[in-house]
Amino acid sequence: MRDLKAVGKKFVHVMYPRKSSALLRDWDLWGPLVLCVSLALMLQGGSADSKDDGGPQFAEVFVLIWFGAVVITLNSKLLGGTISFFQSLCVLGYCVMPLTVAMLVCRLVLLASTGTVSFIIRLIVVGAMFGWSTLASTAFLADSQPPNRKALVVYPIFLFYFVISWMILTFTPQ
Amino acid sequence: MGRLRGQHAGWRLRRHRHGEHGRHVGLQLRGHGRDAPAHEEEEEEEEAEGEAGAGEEEDGEFLGMKGLRGQLGRQVADQMWQVGKRQASRAFSLYANIDILRPYFDVEPVQVRARLLESMIPVKMINFPQKIAGELYGPLMLVFTLVAILLHGMKTSDTIIREGTLMGTAIGTCFGYWLGVSSFMYFLAYLCNAQITMVQMLSLLGYGLFGHCITLFVTYNIHFHSLFYIFWLVVGGLSTLRMVAVLVSRTVGHTQRLILCGTLAALHMLFLLYLHFAYHKVVEGILDTWEAANMPPFQRVARDIPVVSNAVLNTTAKAIALTL
Repeated sequence: MRDLKAVGKKFVHVMYPRKSSALLRDWDLWGPLVLCVSLALMLQGGSADSKDDGGPQFAEVFVLIWFGAVVITLNSKLLGGTISFFQSLCVLGYCVMPLTVAMLVCRLVLLASTGTVSFIIRLIVVGAMFGWSTLASTAFLADSQPPNRKALVVYPIFLFYFVISWMILTFTPQ
Repeated sequence: MGRLRGQHAGWRLRRHRHGEHGRHVGLQLRGHGRDAPAHEEEEEEEEAEGEAGAGEEEDGEFLGMKGLRGQLGRQVADQMWQVGKRQASRAFSLYANIDILRPYFDVEPVQVRARLLESMIPVKMINFPQKIAGELYGPLMLVFTLVAILLHGMKTSDTIIREGTLMGTAIGTCFGYWLGVSSFMYFLAYLCNAQITMVQMLSLLGYGLFGHCITLFVTYNIHFHSLFYIFWLVVGGLSTLRMVAVLVSRTVGHTQRLILCGTLAALHMLFLLYLHFAYHKVVEGILDTWEAANMPPFQRVARDIPVVSNAVLNTTAKAIALTL
């Protein structure tokens, strides 16, 4: 129960990204796991019953998120960051949350209609949430980097969330 | 049977009691068992002792029970230490590997920007070896960007996405090209006596991919064949020229220069063509074969590429023949 509370607290931290070290101090991987699984399930859902799987696969989303997070972490370690491996994984995993919310919104919008208007709405939502994810993770991770190299660390993060949000935006249930 | 063995062991242990190791726990147990009236208990204890005794018959004679304990303890401790040492050394080697790689990631954002720009500017200076930065951050990020762009291009193209295969293929293609061509060129450079190290080769080819990234990013979004050809010639050509100029400045001898630069230029330009035209078609062809057994796109690709590469090879060969 106490752990649940801790996970919830971290969600709040991601939603209001302040310069706080709560996400860094006691890391856990439960939140990222839940987020990752729910995102993958929602991306999978549309294609589960169709005969050819048009959407991204569950395993693929899962692998993409964890592999990408590991690559970003290694990169930040190589650039001389002072952050432990799992702390970084934890932050990156929790910062997927805005994108999971965007996915939820997208599915709701897609339930209503699948026209140009719905695409514009989805574009705006996903764009906003993509910016949010990137900003939140940057706010947490940038402090651990040497100040002159922040841009080098932010770029792979940007790429990582960009690919995920692109996947969400182009998702259409069949 | 057990009873007999137990008795034998008990007798042997009782004989030990008169020896130096009389205060052993097992012997005390034995004594207690003899005093106890219940036969079953005695039997069990004797059996336990018998088994313990049978295990160390020879050691027990020489070292006694205490010696055995010490040896066991030492062995366990030794094993623990070994395992611990192995784990520690593994963790250490991981960190050591990171430390080995760290110098190659020691860059500033300004440097990366400058190198990206430089990768598009061929320098015509062949008398003096040009400087190549041995750095891997830029190339690695460019390869990842290329992967993302390829995925994006496949989404916007007509290919209906089955990313399970596409993502793996994209990553495989990009990394395969980068690592494969770099090592091949390094081998060739070694044969041709060029002054270049593996890291420099990786860095050179990696920054050369910047042109590919720009070209593919633009032409995947704006579908004009003429625009692609212009970009292919200008942007791809510039980044290729840059690499060729660097390689020329680091090689001695006309034949070697021609071999090295011809191969690199052909591979690099053809890879861009391949990525633009053939790549998603190939994947589409593979995916088609999963559903129906019609092969045309696959065959078309397989026929086209060798023609172009043959042409390039022919011209290269002719040029070499002319210079000779």
